[in-house]
Amino acid sequence: MHAKPKLAVWKFASCDGCQLSLLDCEDELLAVAAEIEIANFPEASRAVVRGPYDLSLVEGSITTPHDAERIHQVRRASKRLVTIGACATAGGIQALRNFKDAREFISIVYATPDYIHTLNKSTPISDHVFVDFELQGCPINKTQLIEVISAFLNNRKPNTPPHSVCIECKRRNNVCVMVARGTPCLGPVTHAGCDALCPSYHRGCYGCFGPMESPNTRALSTQFAKMGVQDMELVRLFRGINAYAEPFRKESEAHEK
Amino acid sequence: MKNRTIKVEYLARVEGEGALFVKLKGDEVVDVKLKIFEPPRFFEAFLRGRHFSEVPDITARICGICPIAYQMSSIHAIENAFGVKVEGALRALRRLIYCGEWIESHVLHVAMLHAPDFLGYADALQMAKDHPEIVQLALRLKKAGNAIVALLGGREIHPVNVRVGGFYRVPTRRELAPLLEQLKTARDEAATLVRFVGGLEFPDFERDYEFVALRHESEYPFNEGRLVSNQGLDIDISQYDAHFVEEHVEHSNALQSTLKARGAYFVGPLARYNLNFDKLSPLAKSAASAAGLTHTCNNPFKSIIVRAVETLYAFDEAIRIIENYEMPERAAIDLEPQSATGYGCTEAPRGICFHRYKFDEQGLVADAKIVPPTSQNQQTIEQDLRAFVPAHIALDQNELTWRCEQAVRNYDPCISCATHFLRLEIERE
Ligand code: SF4
Ligand code: SF4
Repeated sequence: MHAKPKLAVWKFASCDGCQLSLLDCEDELLAVAAEIEIANFPEASRAVVRGPYDLSLVEGSITTPHDAERIHQVRRASKRLVTIGACATAGGIQALRNFKDAREFISIVYATPDYIHTLNKSTPISDHVFVDFELQGCPINKTQLIEVISAFLNNRKPNTPPHSVCIECKRRNNVCVMVARGTPCLGPVTHAGCDALCPSYHRGCYGCFGPMESPNTRALSTQFAKMGVQDMELVRLFRGINAYAEPFRKESEAHEK
Repeated sequence: MKNRTIKVEYLARVEGEGALFVKLKGDEVVDVKLKIFEPPRFFEAFLRGRHFSEVPDITARICGICPIAYQMSSIHAIENAFGVKVEGALRALRRLIYCGEWIESHVLHVAMLHAPDFLGYADALQMAKDHPEIVQLALRLKKAGNAIVALLGGREIHPVNVRVGGFYRVPTRRELAPLLEQLKTARDEAATLVRFVGGLEFPDFERDYEFVALRHESEYPFNEGRLVSNQGLDIDISQYDAHFVEEHVEHSNALQSTLKARGAYFVGPLARYNLNFDKLSPLAKSAASAAGLTHTCNNPFKSIIVRAVETLYAFDEAIRIIENYEMPERAAIDLEPQSATGYGCTEAPRGICFHRYKFDEQGLVADAKIVPPTSQNQQTIEQDLRAFVPAHIALDQNELTWRCEQAVRNYDPCISCATHFLRLEIERE
């Protein structure tokens, strides 16, 4: 009998939401577990099977000196490494610290900073090691997660289209919230994957899936300005869940005085 | 005298990164540390300068397991600051989405994270080999809870539809109707889950705790109430800071919260149950007594039964809300920001989650304080271990280590939540 491929799930600075997506696959969980060996998944199991691992899913961003070391060990133990979520792929919400003077920021927060060992910046996994694939979203879409796992275990490329949320809106026959309601929406520059969730609930996209491939953020900002969005607001819009993803970071910095 | 050390380098089946360290000299415990090394994420610092309308989307990211709790506590604090109260159907919908979160979080903990301890399995997947029916039942229950959150919130994790003043869009009666059948079946299955966990074997362990929970005059608490305890605390939530204090200890990246008057206290399902038993639905009450519980319970290992009872209650309540639902005319009420401070406290699955925000006149956050349940239980967890270990000293090292882990998991500590805050006084030159 062929040994089952080994799957490992690793956590860095995060909310655990992305790995929870795996446990939220109520219908598929037992089936997945039958096909692969869940070799390292502390949130779900006490048992640890030694590496190397066929596939590692990495959640969370690098924010401590210790984690900056640990990610290299994870990489060495993994044949394939896939990052899951905005934290691992773009530094996450905790990357908001990257825009402040880090030291001042830390002393705002800690009475006893000596007890804490933290880096000035929250950075994505790909700043530290080679990453085979990045799955975007905060949280990731669980259907896409299953797709990515099965693609990697079958040695093929995952099918996760790189277009914008706008395309998903059109597909769902949503009325555009910008055109119809004058609501600022990051949909035109945001990676698809959520099935245009926010516009379906009558609100603008706040970019939780991060930038799409080559987004035209400048054009969108110009449009926002025409709609009366002030610079301060614009900065906050791009500076959210994916603030440190390059296209969003540059756009927010361009409007900061 | 023989020295023994119990070390768990990485606590499994809890959310986030923690470790456990117990040191014994002979039969005496000389040191207990619940070490939390989850990296801090500075939420309270970067909330500053954000507009009030953005706060719920940001605070949701504190925890993937209970995002609703963070959204709800912050929203209530914001509405409190701006002098607004959400009533009627919108309020009922908020209770409904909270039911969904309790269900998915409680069932995850009961069946997948905690039950394996009682039955000696490393995880739920191994348990599924011998007890497939209970694991499958749990997955169905969890799915029903997630269905509530997904319908009202758009998705299970970090819902997008919850906003200050109400919702972005409210469901029609028709949209909610299909949930009813699923929930009614699930309610029966939740009763089976209560019976199952009631039949587990429990260590003989009780302590005299101070339980702290919300108490509302007519409901089992979710979003509102006074903060009460079994030792005389009875305050409005705006008085929180006068009674509770947070300390920064070296071995933990999470602050430890205590009562100024008496020290360690206990929040979460067991606290809620002990302080609000009279407000449970008749069905939940009878399931509790059939599972061997009385009106009060001081054995933290039995929190697994209480979680199952609360799950059953949440199904009952969700069904009641949907059956009585009339779609409100507007999805949200308007707010005028003003320079003010507001307080919010709701019952997250793991216990009270307290938020305080100060706003400037444009509605931007000037200052934020967030106290998650796990910070509040940390000292109680450590004290439990101090009491538990000497009584079980005869167990071999592996078994004792496992029992200690189980004692920690009684609290379902959510370590990622606990470390997002670490905020004390501002010290600037
Ligand atoms: S990307 Fe979002 S959901 Fe995933 S771990 Fe980070 S904060 Fe949580
Ligand atoms: S914020 Fe944008 S990407 Fe995220 S769920 Fe909403 S529409 Fe989708």
